[in-house]
Amino acid sequence: MRRALLAIVVTAAGLVLLLSFKPHQITGAGTPPAAVAQAPAGRSGTSGDTAASGGQTYTGDAADTRWGPVQVRITVADKKITRIEVLQAPDTNHRDIEINERALPVLRQETLSAQSARIDTVSGATYTSEGYVASLQSAIDQAGL
Amino acid sequence: MTAGAAPATRHVEHVMGTVFSFDVRGTDDPEGVGRAVAWLHHVDAVFSTYRDDSPVSRLGRGELGLADCPAEVAEVLDLCARVERDTGGYFTARPPGAGLDPSGLVKGWAIERASGLLTAAGAPRHTVNGGGDVRLGAEAEPGRPWRVGVAAPPTAAGRPARGALATVVAGSDLAVATSGTAERGHHIVDPHTGRPATALASVTLVGPRLTTVDAYATAAFAMGEAARDWVEDMDDLEALAVTAAGETWRTSGFHRHVPPEFRGFLPAWPPR
Repeated sequence: MRRALLAIVVTAAGLVLLLSFKPHQITGAGTPPAAVAQAPAGRSGTSGDTAASGGQTYTGDAADTRWGPVQVRITVADKKITRIEVLQAPDTNHRDIEINERALPVLRQETLSAQSARIDTVSGATYTSEGYVASLQSAIDQAGL
Repeated sequence: MTAGAAPATRHVEHVMGTVFSFDVRGTDDPEGVGRAVAWLHHVDAVFSTYRDDSPVSRLGRGELGLADCPAEVAEVLDLCARVERDTGGYFTARPPGAGLDPSGLVKGWAIERASGLLTAAGAPRHTVNGGGDVRLGAEAEPGRPWRVGVAAPPTAAGRPARGALATVVAGSDLAVATSGTAERGHHIVDPHTGRPATALASVTLVGPRLTTVDAYATAAFAMGEAARDWVEDMDDLEALAVTAAGETWRTSGFHRHVPPEFRGFLPAWPPR
């Protein structure tokens, strides 16, 4: 379970990073280590409740971002994240609300990663020969998954 | 090969300005792949607009008549005309300010034909992926459909981590095409305005044949939000789109192509 937890920690940290994005700040999130350090499910902030759905839920510590506190709860079943709830998110002004409405659908997509989805191939916007080198399809071709 | 492992053939071919990935299961006889690869190079030689001496380039300059071109050229131009009609002109082989350019249809058409060559060569269990547009053949093995990850595009809401997916499509004998600006960085121009289409980050279409589905995806991207109603009205076609703002929408039957464990990630339908 330790490995799974590590993956969850990384994902949860990623979620918080995304939450702390400004709309214009697409390429760099600045230095958000506070969120990284505090978001993980671990120590006192963790609760390992068994949810009615059969999964295990983990509540992260609230992380202070520059836009306010963020706290997420995830449900894990069969070593995969099956649900993400945002318990706290910045909503102190209109801009923050806008950020969240935009960001949350992407957050849910973030948990859908190629590693967990057991995919054979990838459909995406057309890549060039150069772009292929860095693509997920290239990784799949090499791995012979 | 370990005992009990099913035979498989994988091949990667750089052609037509992109990369084609073949994954053939149930046979380690690469004959079909060889034929399909030879076909793709033939298509490139005939249809490339980057080669001055290709029949399509010469046709565009008026140096050749259609009757002097290989028979496939007339076939492709007929298909282009059909897709142009189907899409209300959002797909065109004669984009504003450019000459004859059927490239938007040629790749999907060529992949569809390559898939047929594999099946005819006794290798029906395959996928052919041409630069992100995919034709699925028969199941990888009986009862095991192929699974296609749909790449999550960068949007105003953020740049997804490498490998992040918008959804997963599972199936066989199916075409999956995604149109967007994520990888190539080129703009898809709305032929009606001559300006780049900016409403969507990507749109993924699922349908029976890549011949038209790939070109339909290009047209749907140019349509923007209007693509939703257009796809809804088309038979055997479903769509999932990620908007430039990072929101998602889908058509009513798209979920049928998504494995049950991933349906929870899909946007609601009907939309709220």
